[in-house]
Amino acid sequence: MKKTVLIWLAIGLASFALLPWHMTDDGLLDFKWISDGVASTGLLSTLAGQWWLAPVGFALVGALIVQLAVSEPVSRARWTLGIAGAGLAAIALQGLIIVRAGPRVLESLFAGEMVTAGQPGMGAGAGLCALALLFAATISVSQSGKGQGDAFVISTIGLIVALVAIFVFFPVVHILVRAFEVDGGYSLSEFFPRFFSSDIWGLGCLYGQRSCGVGINSLFLAIMTGAGTTLLGLSFALIFTRTDFRAKKLLRVLTVLPIITPPFVIGLALILLFGRAGTVTEFFADLFGWEQTRWLYGFWGIYFAQLLSFTPIAFLVLIGVVQGVSPSMEEASQTLDADRWQTFRYVSLPLMRPGLANAFLLGFIESLADFGNPLVLGSGYNVLSTDIYFAIVGAVADPAKAAILAIALLTLTLSAFMAQRIWLGKKSYATITGKADSGQNAALNPVLKWVCYGTALPWAALTVIVYSMIIFGSFVKLWGYDHSFTWDHYIRAFGIDFTSGRLSGVAWDSYFTTLTISSVAAPLTALVGLSTAYLLVRQKFVGKDAFEFSTMLSFAIPGTVIGVSYIMAFNFPPIELTGTSIILIIVFVFRNMPVGVRGGIAAMSQLDKSLDEASITLGANSFTTVRRVILPLMGPAILAALTYSFVRAITSVSAVIFLVSAKHNMATSFIVGRVENGEFGLAIAYSAVLIITMLAAILLLQLLVGTRRLRRSDRVQQVAKVA
Amino acid sequence: MKRLGLISAAAMFASGAAMADELSVVCSAEQDWCDLMVAAFEAENPDIDVLMVRKSTGETLAQVRAEAGNPKIDVWWGGTGDPHLIAAEEGLSQSSDVDTSELLGWAQNMAQISDGRTVGIYAGALGIAYNADILSEKGIAPPECWGDLEDPRFVGEIQVANPNSSGTAYTELATFVQLFGEDEAMTKLAAVGQNVNSYTKSGSAPSKAAARGETGVSIGFMHDMVKLASQGFPLKIVAPCEGTGYEVGAVSIIEGARNFEGAKKWVEFSLRADIQSRAPEVGAFQVPSNSNAQVAPESPDLASIKLIDYDFATYGSSETRERLLARWDAEVGDPNPEQ
Repeated sequence: MKKTVLIWLAIGLASFALLPWHMTDDGLLDFKWISDGVASTGLLSTLAGQWWLAPVGFALVGALIVQLAVSEPVSRARWTLGIAGAGLAAIALQGLIIVRAGPRVLESLFAGEMVTAGQPGMGAGAGLCALALLFAATISVSQSGKGQGDAFVISTIGLIVALVAIFVFFPVVHILVRAFEVDGGYSLSEFFPRFFSSDIWGLGCLYGQRSCGVGINSLFLAIMTGAGTTLLGLSFALIFTRTDFRAKKLLRVLTVLPIITPPFVIGLALILLFGRAGTVTEFFADLFGWEQTRWLYGFWGIYFAQLLSFTPIAFLVLIGVVQGVSPSMEEASQTLDADRWQTFRYVSLPLMRPGLANAFLLGFIESLADFGNPLVLGSGYNVLSTDIYFAIVGAVADPAKAAILAIALLTLTLSAFMAQRIWLGKKSYATITGKADSGQNAALNPVLKWVCYGTALPWAALTVIVYSMIIFGSFVKLWGYDHSFTWDHYIRAFGIDFTSGRLSGVAWDSYFTTLTISSVAAPLTALVGLSTAYLLVRQKFVGKDAFEFSTMLSFAIPGTVIGVSYIMAFNFPPIELTGTSIILIIVFVFRNMPVGVRGGIAAMSQLDKSLDEASITLGANSFTTVRRVILPLMGPAILAALTYSFVRAITSVSAVIFLVSAKHNMATSFIVGRVENGEFGLAIAYSAVLIITMLAAILLLQLLVGTRRLRRSDRVQQVAKVA
Repeated sequence: MKRLGLISAAAMFASGAAMADELSVVCSAEQDWCDLMVAAFEAENPDIDVLMVRKSTGETLAQVRAEAGNPKIDVWWGGTGDPHLIAAEEGLSQSSDVDTSELLGWAQNMAQISDGRTVGIYAGALGIAYNADILSEKGIAPPECWGDLEDPRFVGEIQVANPNSSGTAYTELATFVQLFGEDEAMTKLAAVGQNVNSYTKSGSAPSKAAARGETGVSIGFMHDMVKLASQGFPLKIVAPCEGTGYEVGAVSIIEGARNFEGAKKWVEFSLRADIQSRAPEVGAFQVPSNSNAQVAPESPDLASIKLIDYDFATYGSSETRERLLARWDAEVGDPNPEQ
C-alpha cells in the first residue's frame, strides 16, 4: 500500500515537473510546447512567477517526505491525507480564482503583474497532479482504518465523486443559480412564487378549464410512459426467456431498432402514417367514412411515440433481470405444488422487482427529458423539456424561467427516485449464487403467455411498419407525394468521387466525427457506470444515497440545460473545453452513465454476496474480485451499458446542439438542420445509414462481450405436450 | 472544411495542426446555402480555413451569450434579424465598418439602428400558404387577405407558430400591429385564433404541415413556402391584400472575435452582388440586399407585394417585444384545442 502511494506521488511530481500545467495552443501531442520557449510545466511556471502553483509542488513533495520519514502507519496516513487534501484544495482554488483575465476575487491578495496576466485553462500537468493527490489521499483514508481499509474501493469512490462533482454539479450549479437571480442579485422570496405558479403545477384540465401546468403535463406523461414501457418491456423479456416463441431473433432486432433511431425520424414516420393526411388515417377514413382528425398531435401522439422509442430501454434492463431469476426458486415453488401462475405471481415477479423498478424509473426519466417527440408531435400539449428549450432559445430568452422549470423537472425526478427506493425496500433479490443451480425456468402459464404475445406483437408489427416506411422514404423522391425511385439522397449524403478518390458526400465529415466520439465515449461510460453500480450495491459508505442520486442527476436534467450549462462552465478557465471533441465525449459519458448505473445495479443485486465473500476469503482483494468474479457474471449489463451509451452518443440531440463546433459536428445536429430545411429525403437516408452502422456495431459488441454462462441447462422448461 | 484526415488520438488533443488562418462561422441559413458560401469564400481566400457549423438563430444567440467574454465564434451569418439586433443591443457583436452604399434601404437601415454591428443580407416577406388539394377537397375558397383568416370557413385549418418561441410568429404579430394598430390587431389575432388548430413552437413548421396536408393553411415566410412548392408539394402562396411585413436576414461579427480581419473579409464577401446572386443555386429564394444582385425568378417579387414600412428599431426592441407578447398571452393566448 505504501508503495502505491509512493508511485502515485512520483507520477504527480513528474507531471508537475515535466508536463505542461496549462492547456497548450497546439495540444499535448504536438510537442511544440517543449521548444517554444514559454515556461510551461508546473515547476517552470512557478519559477517564472506564477507563484500560486507552488503549493501544489510543496504538497507533492511534503506527502512524499511524510511517506518516507514517518514510520507509524496510521499517523503517516493521516499526515499524507491532510497534505494531499490541502494540495487538491490549492489546485481548485487557484484555478477558480485566477482566470484568463486575472483574479476574480481577492484582488488585493493576488496582486502583481503575473497574476493580472491571468492563466489559460488547466492542462495535462494539472490533471495528473490532481489525480495523484486524489489517490494519495484516498489510499491514505483506507490506511487510516476507515472504509474497511480497502484502498481500491475508496479510491474508486473518490475518483467518481470528483468526476461527478466536476462534470455534473459544477456546470449544473451555473445554470440553477439563475433561478434565484433578481436584477443582478439573488433572492429566495422571488423564487417560490414563480416555482409554485399555476403555469407549472396548475390542475386546470381536471376542472374542464383550458389546460394543466407544464409540470403536471410532464408528470402525467412520464407516469404513463414509465408504466407502459415497463409492461411492454416485461412482455418482451418474458417472451424471450420463458416461451418457445419462434421468431425470437427477429424480435430482438426489433426491440433494438427504436433506440438506434435518430430523433425526429419516428415522429415524422408517425405523422406520415397516422397524421391527418397519413396513409393509415386515409385508409380508415375511406373505409369507414370517418372524419380525418388531428388526434396524433397532442398527448396521445407523444405517448405513442415514446412507447415506441423507450420500450427497448425497459427491455434491456429487464432481460438481464428476468434471465437471472434463479430456476431453483421456480422449481422449488413448483415442487411445493404451486401452479405456473402462482409461481410467476409469488416467486418470479417479486424477484424481478429491482428490474421493474429500474425500468420504470428509466422510462419515467426518459419521458421527462424527451425533447424530439414533444417537439414534433406536441402541438398544444406543453411539457417541461420543450418549454425549457424555448425559454433558452425562444423569441424571448428567459434563463431564469428555464432554470425554474429545470428545478421543477429535477423535483419530479427526485420524487420518482425516492418512490422507487421505498418500493424496493431493503429486501434481498439475490438469485445468482455460487451454489449449484442447474434447474430450468418455469414456462409461462398459457393466459400470461397470450397476454404477452397480445401486447408485444402488435408493438413489434408497428415497429416493422414504421421502419419499412423509413427505408422506403429514403429511396423515393418526395416522401408522401412523389414516390418514384431514386438514389439521389444517398449519393448526396455519401457520394464518393471515384476519379479523385475524394469523399464528395455532404455527410461524411459528421459521420466520422460521430463514430469516433461515440466509440471513445461508450467504453468510458460503461466503465464509470458499472463501477458506480458496484460501489452502490456492494459497498457501504457514508452518503451513499446522496451519491446515488447525484449520479442520476445529469440524466434527469434535460439536454438543453446540460448543453448550455456546459458552455457556461467550460468556456473559461480553470477548465476550458468548448469547441473540442473532449467536451462532447465528457457530456456523453456523464449523461449516459446513469443507464450503466441502473442496469449494473439491477444485475448486481442478483449476484449473491457470498460470491464476493468467497473470493475475499480466498485472499483476493476487491479489485481481483471485481475482475475475476463479478465482471464475468455481468455480461448482459456490460453489453447493455456499452450498447446504450454508444447509440445514445450517436442519437442524442438536445445537449449536443450547443456543444458541436465546426471541427466536431455531429450527425444528429446535421440531420436536424436538414429536417428544419425540409430535406426529409436526405435526413432519412442519413438516418438509415446510421441505423445500419449501429446495428452492425451492436452485433460486433455482442460477439466481443459474449453471453454469460450460468451453467444452467436449457433456459425454458419444455412444456409437456398435452394430447 | 473538407479536411477529412484520420481522426487519431493525436487529433483528439491537438487543436488542429498549424493551420494558416482559421475563421469560425456560425451559419443560421439553410445548410446548402451555408456550404455554398464556405466553398466560395475558401476558393477566393485559400489562406483562410473556414470552420462552419449550422445552428438556428435562437441556439446561436444562447451560445453567444453563454460564451460572452471568450467567444469561440467569429462571424454569425444568416438567420432572421431580430436576434442579431438583440446581440447588437447587448453588446455581443461589434461594428464591422463595411461599405453599405450598394445595399438596399432596408439593409442599410439594419446597420444604422445597430451602429453597424449587424448588416442586412437578404429579406423575406411574410405570407399565407394553403394546400390546394385540401382546400379544394373541402370546398373552401382560398384566402386572399389577412382578414379572410378570421372567416369561420377556416375553422381548425390554420396553423401558425407561437410568437413566444418563434421569431417568424413575432414578425406576424408586429406586422398586424403595424397594419391595424395595437388594439385592433389583438382583436383580429384572437379572431384568427378561433380557427387555429395549433400554435407550433417553430416558425417553419406550419408551412411544412400545410405542404403535407396536416393543416389547410399556414402563415410563414414566403421563401420557405416557395422552396416547399418547388419540391413538388401542392402549396399555393398568397401575398395578403392588406400588405405584409418582412424579415431581414443579417450578418454580425461577434465582439471579441479572434479573427477580426477574416470576419470582416467574410462580411464584405457576403454583401457582394455576385455572391448574393448565387443563392438561388441552392434553392434560397430570399431577396438579396445588394441592389446589383440578381433576383431569382421564383423569388417573391417584393415590388409587386404591398410591403409595410416595417419599423425594426421599435418592434425589435426588448421593451416593445415584452409588452406585445404579454398582450398576446392575455388576449389571444394558446387555446390548446387538442385537449
